[in-house]
Amino acid sequence: MLKRRSVIACAAGALAVPAWGQFRVEISGVGATQLPISIVKFRDEDRAGQAISSIVRADLERSGVFRIVEGGGALDESSSPNWGEWRGRGSDALAAGSATRLADGRFDVRFKLWDTVKGSELIAQGNAVQAPDLRLAAHRIADTIYEKLTGEKGVFSTRIAYVTRGGGRFTLRVADADGEGGQVALNSAEPIISPAWSPNGRELAYVSFESQKAVVYTQDVATGNRRAVANFRGSNSAPAWSPDSQTLAVTLSRDSGSQLYLIGRDGENVRRLTTSQAIDTEPVFAPDGKTIYFVSDRGGSPQIYKIGVGGGAVERVTFGGAYNISPAISPDGRTLGFISRSGNAFRLHTQDLSAGAQPTALTDTSDDESPSFAPNGRLIIYATRAQGRDVLMTTTLDGKIKARLASAAADVREPVWGPFGR
Amino acid sequence: MKQASPFRFHLVALVAALALAGCSNTKLDTDVPVESRSTTPGAGSGAAGSGANSGATTQSQVTPIDLTKSTTTAGMGNLPRIVYFDFDSYVVKDEYRTTVEANAKALAADRKRKIAVEGHTDERGGHEYNLALGQKRAEAVAKSMTLMGANDGQIEAVSFGKERPAVQGSDEAAWAKNRRAELTPK
Repeated sequence: MLKRRSVIACAAGALAVPAWGQFRVEISGVGATQLPISIVKFRDEDRAGQAISSIVRADLERSGVFRIVEGGGALDESSSPNWGEWRGRGSDALAAGSATRLADGRFDVRFKLWDTVKGSELIAQGNAVQAPDLRLAAHRIADTIYEKLTGEKGVFSTRIAYVTRGGGRFTLRVADADGEGGQVALNSAEPIISPAWSPNGRELAYVSFESQKAVVYTQDVATGNRRAVANFRGSNSAPAWSPDSQTLAVTLSRDSGSQLYLIGRDGENVRRLTTSQAIDTEPVFAPDGKTIYFVSDRGGSPQIYKIGVGGGAVERVTFGGAYNISPAISPDGRTLGFISRSGNAFRLHTQDLSAGAQPTALTDTSDDESPSFAPNGRLIIYATRAQGRDVLMTTTLDGKIKARLASAAADVREPVWGPFGR
Repeated sequence: MKQASPFRFHLVALVAALALAGCSNTKLDTDVPVESRSTTPGAGSGAAGSGANSGATTQSQVTPIDLTKSTTTAGMGNLPRIVYFDFDSYVVKDEYRTTVEANAKALAADRKRKIAVEGHTDERGGHEYNLALGQKRAEAVAKSMTLMGANDGQIEAVSFGKERPAVQGSDEAAWAKNRRAELTPK
């Protein structure tokens, strides 16, 4: 861990930090403690075709843990930085590197991270990658820096999935965690909602209306193999994976009313989990796999409840306000993320899951939807509206650092953060 | 011709719909194939033309959807098809009793007929919760129809939640048009 020196706590509201280079990443807010770091432009990155250093900078900045200190000069991993100069700029850490094209067409991406306060090397790495993996290489560098300096795993090389709408088409996309590099997983003329990553990151479950009703599918992202796992009479929706990947919790109306069911990943062995006269939907497994959080209006308004996977007693979790939906549980099982309505505003909230805790609003926007935790639990991705469009945002759990993710012209919605381990 | 969504309308569908309008027992394929590749830019307005490169996939993915929504089934074609709901309500209002009754009687008169009741909500709130709200509306209409003589097996209550608004807009006038159940012959 670096010693944090001269950290400026800027209590004033949102501070607009300029987007880096070609990126459309817009970051606002200032955290209480941020580690000042400089990432110098990598030697030959222009020739590699990916702005590696900009990707690393944007990743680190979006995490809320770092503050980028500008500073130029031609440095690479073999340089001997002038420590006094970098300390004078206020940087506690410095990274530089290179991207050299190899004879076989791959790129040798190297970097080094220094502690400028001690004037010592912290870590050095090199990796030869194909051109399409240069973005991934940059995200992995950001992960390495993040882990070295914070002691926690970074999430920059993970993937997200989301749905875009444009031109009368609905498209399920898989992208880097910064929203860039999106690839199409499914294209449809009909709506697609509620994507959910399998715990191993290989499959997506989602709801498609392609047959003029809601049907739950699973799809192997790499191969495109897909199957309808819940296609019963009525509506089939809200898939959630169990932590062991063997079971999906879904909402079915096959016995009338929207109720929770458990179903094997192959679509067999359907078991009813809730029996109420109310709406029960949006199930999500706790990380231990033993508890399912869900939304029900059994008390007269939609609130979040929990139930054991074996059924039994139902316990109410949210009490503030008359409309609390879309539960997401942090990877450590301690924090509930959800959408709460107050007045006409739907806002992302968190609530400590220990008894008696009060909810906290993380945003001041009014159309928040679909929260999902990063696998290290430090960020939440969610959908909201900005300038008349559906956009994706990430926020730190204290709500202080928010970043708007890149997207093309289409409306973007229904984000879900994939697991570690690409 | 009523359009459930502004996305659906294009001339190809209209022509095809007119061509098929006389067929009383045409079984329309509603199982729409889904592409696993990127769409051609501009495909929405010129889908028929883009079929030249990609063959049957492009044509079949556009045509069936539009036909499903725009053709009518003989004998039920002139019945009113939409029931509107109040905010946060699932009660089928008296003013729509004749709509529900007429459709229920048509089903009772011909037990081979089937119908989908599609519930819809306005845009406010979450996707999944609205899907459940729309389902509740659809089931309320379906139940009324069974009480009026239709068989349960003739009706499938489904929901589109807020995913398929009839009207674009974020005011009460638009919301009121979107809180609805559509009765669609299968």
